[in-house]
Amino acid sequence: MSTFLQTLFVGLRLGSIYALVALGYTMVYGIIRLINFAHGDFIMVGGYTMIFTIPVMISLGLPGWVSVLLAILVCALVGMSTELIAYRPVRKKGTSMTALITAIAVSLLLENLAQAIPQIGPNPKVASKIFAAGGVRIADVTLDWTTMLTIFISIVVMVVLYQFTQKTKIGRAMRCVSEDKSASILMGINVNRTIVTTFAIGSGLAAIAALMYIAQYPKVYTTMGSMLGLKAFVAAVLGGIGIIPGAMLGGFVIGLVESFTTSYVSSSMADAFVFLILIIVLIIKPAGILGKNMGEKV
Amino acid sequence: MIKNRTLQGYILNTLVIAVLLIVFSFVKEAFGKAGDFKLIIAPSIWQCCYLIILAASLNMTLGFLGQLSLGHCGFMAIGAYAAALISLAAERAGVFSDKSGPAFILVLVGCILIAGVLAAIVGLLVGIPALRLKGDYLAIITLGFGMIIVNIINNLPFAGQEGLALGSASASLYKNGLGFGTALKVTYIWVALAVTMISVAMMFMYVRSKYGRAIRAIRDDEIAASASGINTAFYKVFTFAYSAFFAGVAGALYACSNATLSTASFAFANGGILNSTFVVVMVVLGGMGSLTGSIVAAIIMFIVNYQIKNGVWVKLLPLWLQNIFAFPMLVYAVILIIVIMFRPKGIFGIYELSLRNFFSDMKRQRQNRLAQKQESKEALNNE
Amino acid sequence: MSDERTPILETRKLGITFGGLVAVSDFNIKIFKGELVGLIGPNGAGKTTVFNMLTGVYKPTEGSVLLDGQVLNGKKTHQFVAAGVARTFQNIRLFKQMTVLENVLVAFTKDIHYGMLDSLFRTPRYWKTEKELKTKALDLLSIFHLEDKADYIAANLPYGQQRKLEIARALATDMKLLLLDEPAAGMNPTETAELLDCINAIRNRFGIAILLIEHDMSLVMNVCERIQVIDYGVTIAKGLPEEIAKNPKVIAAYLGQ
Repeated sequence: MSTFLQTLFVGLRLGSIYALVALGYTMVYGIIRLINFAHGDFIMVGGYTMIFTIPVMISLGLPGWVSVLLAILVCALVGMSTELIAYRPVRKKGTSMTALITAIAVSLLLENLAQAIPQIGPNPKVASKIFAAGGVRIADVTLDWTTMLTIFISIVVMVVLYQFTQKTKIGRAMRCVSEDKSASILMGINVNRTIVTTFAIGSGLAAIAALMYIAQYPKVYTTMGSMLGLKAFVAAVLGGIGIIPGAMLGGFVIGLVESFTTSYVSSSMADAFVFLILIIVLIIKPAGILGKNMGEKV
Repeated sequence: MIKNRTLQGYILNTLVIAVLLIVFSFVKEAFGKAGDFKLIIAPSIWQCCYLIILAASLNMTLGFLGQLSLGHCGFMAIGAYAAALISLAAERAGVFSDKSGPAFILVLVGCILIAGVLAAIVGLLVGIPALRLKGDYLAIITLGFGMIIVNIINNLPFAGQEGLALGSASASLYKNGLGFGTALKVTYIWVALAVTMISVAMMFMYVRSKYGRAIRAIRDDEIAASASGINTAFYKVFTFAYSAFFAGVAGALYACSNATLSTASFAFANGGILNSTFVVVMVVLGGMGSLTGSIVAAIIMFIVNYQIKNGVWVKLLPLWLQNIFAFPMLVYAVILIIVIMFRPKGIFGIYELSLRNFFSDMKRQRQNRLAQKQESKEALNNE
Repeated sequence: MSDERTPILETRKLGITFGGLVAVSDFNIKIFKGELVGLIGPNGAGKTTVFNMLTGVYKPTEGSVLLDGQVLNGKKTHQFVAAGVARTFQNIRLFKQMTVLENVLVAFTKDIHYGMLDSLFRTPRYWKTEKELKTKALDLLSIFHLEDKADYIAANLPYGQQRKLEIARALATDMKLLLLDEPAAGMNPTETAELLDCINAIRNRFGIAILLIEHDMSLVMNVCERIQVIDYGVTIAKGLPEEIAKNPKVIAAYLGQ
């Protein structure tokens, strides 16, 4: 029983990180129909920003987590410039295939550029503790503060984001652009600005996810985002890409699948199981759990 | 008429290849024992050979069928491990002992074929469910399958992460099985060349037949293709498996030319030259839908990779550039972005290089360019 | 019209609903060999949906499609084509990166009997088949005066010729029933007249049945022997062109009540 509970908590914590990252994927995909392979690497950018700024914050007498604000800023900038420099020109000229390949290229570029910077280098860096240790004991299981905070913060962020897309003007513009780009232009929506805003928000979420991640696994390295990002993308597809509640659902499913396979089957097979679940879901429901299947118009 | 022109092309190609091979065999005779040929050129040729097969085979799905597969190296991994394990088993059973003689050649050919067939079978099993999806979904699901394949190989007790060093094979390929040392790479260089030529020829024959027409039709418009009587599901899965076959063959050549195998080399993205991303780069660079483009791109990428790692001229560059060259993947990423921005269709587009038509094609292109210039000039004058 | 003959195409109570919305219901039609039937109706009436059901693109939720007395329900599009239904599309769907000749050759694929080994080893059978098909394809293209453009990339053809190429491709599937979805859309009167000649030439030469969706009323009235009108997915009239032109229901549907 205690193993089960422990696994459940780990799954929920992992799931909330995946869900946050998946939100970024889903927002960008919803608006420009592009798998932003570089999104996972925005987490790495956020991670390194925090690694370098946490000591500064602490020396200023502030708590370490304040540096996440800086990380959000940096990630948002990186995200926006990726859109402006790489994606927009290619979107104008090429097909969806070339756009996808550009995304892969940007991801490779970010990972390897980071390695080429001497202050970062190929070796992992260790982060200092971000949240206080300790926690609450339920039954035989310790539920630590980090886990609770992770789950809590991510749920709050998701709810806020959902309300944002439903209630605010920018949020409505985002939904319009994702439904029909040319009609949005006719309605006077500045499509390019909406896309850039989406990138900024999505990348900012990656920074928050980075905070959660290094709070639990205090190690930052240049390829930390690639597998994390990939699984988060799987989560987004699983839930139904382009749909915000879908990303949350997918994130939690993937997190739970991963933690349960790790503790009950084999840790080295966890990734395989994650993809297996994706494959099964896509074969049964090609548009994901919450997705609506829209055939091509003939 | 068509037959004669095609026949002319066949004869010309055969002649040119024959001449090249004869020249090459003289070169090999003269320099085969010398250091540079043995240590650099022969291994390079081996590497180029499997890269060419790999890129051309991915082009079948990516360029001709128009479906992005991000798990192509998974099939290569299957081929490599199958060939390695079978050859080790054959050696233990005493079929061959000193990597020479007809028995060894037979085992070698058998390994390459079985590697291809196994990869094709897995390609079939993956393709049937996966190819029901399209575009981004297909990309992610093939990526998933690629990872699962590598993950499963990793967890097999007799293959595994340790590069076949552990497990029941309990010996590295270098000493046993079909791993070739530098001397053997020179001796058996004809195997690499022959396998590459046969593979490329087989792919050409495929895309220049009803099969090729059908899959290009599917690429251009799947609904119209099925409305023209094409069983799209069949052609898609068949082509996917066909392309997996050659990925498996490339894997077998990889196993021959590398002393050890490690599943890390077949991952989706890693620092090395061999991963699914890199193969996609080659295909895009050469042109999606041009087999000759893939061949040229594979050779270019090999040379780029080799030069930025080993080139003498790199030492003459400013230090910051040298530092960047220490990360080849960074260079590929930049190349990929530049190619996509300025030449989204790759070097060749869908044009196939042809010896017979080379000069007439060049002439036509020059005329087209001139005509375009003329047109734009007239347009300017009109304004 | 004798009902003893087996019609080329017969539908019985054909209908489809999309998530509760009835798009087409109770659609019955019989088309005999050599006939040219028009299917008309206001925008959004469900004409193209009918075509999609007749070619297996959509699976009808009720009723059945019979081709030469053979039930085709649940079959895939390529199986419909194999049974003898070919179509063109409202918004032209050509194989854009392929040549004009190849566009037609693709449609022969299902009737090509050489296999994998023939194409790998380029056997005499391969050469013979390919040569025959090329002659056949050029012959088809010549009906539409496209034989000189056989080596053009399809996307580079002017609009009117793209429409014609699409019909040529449909003919190459060796069908019994040809479905034309607004073949004259976007054409000027001269081009439309030319197209009409082509359609008549096809009928006389191949003796096939044609079902035509068209907005250009003059074209429909001129060439079709019978006309069926649908509105909101329901058949509101069928009969000879003169009758249709006078039918008050049809006039109401087109002009609004």
